[in-house]
Amino acid sequence: MIWLAWRQFRGSVTMMAAVLVVLAATLALTGPGLASRYAAGIADCTPDGTCFEFFDRFFDEYQTPFLAVSLVVLLLPGLVGLFWGAPLITRELDAGTHLLVWSQSITRGRWLAVKLALTGLAAMAAAGLCGLLVTWWSDPLDRSAVPELAQMAPVVFGARGIAPMGYAAFAFVLGVTVGMLVRRTLPAMALTLAAFAAIQLAMPLLVRPHLMPPVSGTFELGRENVDGMGAPKGGSLQIFLRTSAVPGHPGAWVLSSEFVEPSGRRSAGSSDDGPSSTIVGAVPVSTTSGPCAPQAGPPGMNGCMAEINRLGYRQQATFHPLERFWPFQWLETGIYALLTLGLTWFSFWWIRRRLS
Amino acid sequence: MTSALEAQALGKRYGKRWALRDCTIDIPKGHVVGLVGPNGAGKTTLLKLAGGQLEPTTGRITVLGERPAAGPEQLARVGFVAQNTPVYTGLSIADHLRLGARLNPRWDDTMARERIASLDLDPAQRAGKLSGGQRAQLALTLGLAKRPELLILDEPVASLDPLARREFLQGLMEATVEHELSVVLSSHLVSDLERICDYLIVLVDSRVQVIGETDELLATHHRLTGPRRDPGTLPAGQHVVSARHTDRQSTYVVRTDGPILDPAWTVTRLSLEDLVLAHMDKRPARARRADLEVQR
Repeated sequence: MIWLAWRQFRGSVTMMAAVLVVLAATLALTGPGLASRYAAGIADCTPDGTCFEFFDRFFDEYQTPFLAVSLVVLLLPGLVGLFWGAPLITRELDAGTHLLVWSQSITRGRWLAVKLALTGLAAMAAAGLCGLLVTWWSDPLDRSAVPELAQMAPVVFGARGIAPMGYAAFAFVLGVTVGMLVRRTLPAMALTLAAFAAIQLAMPLLVRPHLMPPVSGTFELGRENVDGMGAPKGGSLQIFLRTSAVPGHPGAWVLSSEFVEPSGRRSAGSSDDGPSSTIVGAVPVSTTSGPCAPQAGPPGMNGCMAEINRLGYRQQATFHPLERFWPFQWLETGIYALLTLGLTWFSFWWIRRRLS
Repeated sequence: MTSALEAQALGKRYGKRWALRDCTIDIPKGHVVGLVGPNGAGKTTLLKLAGGQLEPTTGRITVLGERPAAGPEQLARVGFVAQNTPVYTGLSIADHLRLGARLNPRWDDTMARERIASLDLDPAQRAGKLSGGQRAQLALTLGLAKRPELLILDEPVASLDPLARREFLQGLMEATVEHELSVVLSSHLVSDLERICDYLIVLVDSRVQVIGETDELLATHHRLTGPRRDPGTLPAGQHVVSARHTDRQSTYVVRTDGPILDPAWTVTRLSLEDLVLAHMDKRPARARRADLEVQR
C-alpha cells in the first residue's frame, strides 16, 4: 500500500521538494552574508549608541525579502491543505477508483492510514523545514524589525519556529476531512481554504492572547514607545504613542497600549494625523518656552520627554514578552496537533461507517 | 457447505428512498449468477453490499460465510469489479499489476501477465489511454489475478460494443471454468447473461422478483395462449406471472411445478429473456414509466 500511495503522490512531492530546494539554496547562500552585515552593524553602532538608527536602516533595506519568505511560510500550510489534503480522497471518489482499491485485500482503514501518514508526514516535513530555515535566515532581521513585525507579532509568529508544522498537519487533515464530507474536489478545496483561513485568523485574534496571562505594566515615555511629537494643537503637545512597543521589552507582543494622564485618566485619542500604529496623547505643556520649545532643538527632545515624564504621563500596556516566543510556539503547535488528531479520528470513523 | 452469498431481510435506504428492501437470498457456491433488472432496480446496491462497499440499513448479509469486508482475509476471498470499471488513469497497466501484487496475498502474477499479453495490451501504456473494452479487461484481470473464491462484477459490459462484450464474457467464462470460482454479475440486458449464467436473480423496484437456477426457472415457466378467459379460472398451482388480453385471446405466463393439462392452451416454452421480461412486466404501468427516468 505504501508503494501505491507513493506512486500516486510522487509527482506532487517532487514538485514540493524542488521548490523547497530552491528556497533552501537561496536562503543558505544569502543567510551568512545577512548575519555578518548585522554583526558588523552592531559593532559599529554600539560605541556611539546609534543602534536604533542602524536597526531601522538595516530592516528597511531587507524588508521585501523578509516579508516574502514569511509569506511563503504562512501560505505553505494552506496550499498543502488545498492541493494535498482536499483531493486526497475526493480524487478517488470522482474517478471511482476508491472502489478499485477497496476491493483489493486491504481494509479501507489501513488504506486511509497509509495515505494520511505518508502525505501528512511529507506535509509536516516540508512546512517544518521551511519554517525553521526561514527562522534561521531571518534571525538578524527579527532582531532589528519594527515592533509591528517583531517575532511575536501575529503575522510573523506563524511564520517562525515549529508552528508551521502544526498548521500544515492540521490544514492537510482538514482538507482530507472536508473532502470526505463534500465528496467533490473543487467545492472541497474552496471550503478547505475558507475554513483554514478563518481558523488562522481566529487563532491570533481570539486564542493566542490567552495562552498565558499577559503581563501588564506602566512605563515612562521614551524613545522606544513614542514615535514622535506632533505640532501643538489647542495648547497641547501631541505625543504619538506606539501601540506595539513597550520599553525594556523589545519584540514583545503588545495587546493593548494606552496613554495615561497624571490624573489616571486614559486618553483615547485617534491617530488620524499621527504615524501608523500609534495613538495620540495630548500633553498641555508650553511649546513656546521651557524644554519643549522648538528652540530647544533635537537634543531638547529628550529634555521635553523628561519634562513630560516628570509631569506624570505614562504608557500603560498589557503584553507578552519575547521570552514567551518558544512557550507560545509549543502551546500553539500542541493545540493544532490536538485538532489534527481529532480530525484524523473523525476521518477514520467516517470512512468506516459512512463513506461508500 | 457455506453459501456464496446469503442475505436475510437485507435493506438499504438512501435518505427516504429504499434502494433495496426485504432481500432474502441464499446462493450456493459454484454458480455463475446473473443479476438482472431495469436501471435503478437496486442491482448496484446489492452488489456493493456484497462487496462490503456499503453497510446495510436493515437485515444482514454474509459472503462466503463472513461479513463483507470484515478484514483483509475476507477481502482477499472476494473480487469486486465496480461499475464502469474504474482504473487509475495516471498509472500504467504494469503499475496496476504491481498494485494488485502488493495489495493481495494470493496474487497470481503469471496469470495476470499472460492475460495482459494475450489481450495484446502494452504493459507500459497508461490506463487512461485504454478503450472502454480494454479498461474493462484490465479491471477483470485485476479481479481474476487476485484469485478470489467469489468474483462480483457490476455491469461489466455496459460500456462495451458487441464484439468487446463477447470477448469479455468469453474471457470471464474461461477463467470461471479454470479457477472454479463463483461469479455474480449484473446487467440490465438478459442477452448478455443468457450464455454464461446458470443462476438468475431478477430485481425489480428494489425487490427480488424471482430467483433460482436458470434450468429450473425455464422448466417451470410456460406461456399459455388460447381463447380469452379470466385468470381466476386457472388451476390453483399455476401462478400468473403476466397476462395479456386481446378481444378474443389471452396470453398468460405462468409458473408451475406441474404439467399444463388444459387442452385449450397452446403451451410454449419461454426463452430466458421472455421469462425476465414477463417478471418485469408484472409491475403496474406507472412504475414502468418511472424506469425511463434516470436513476442512480
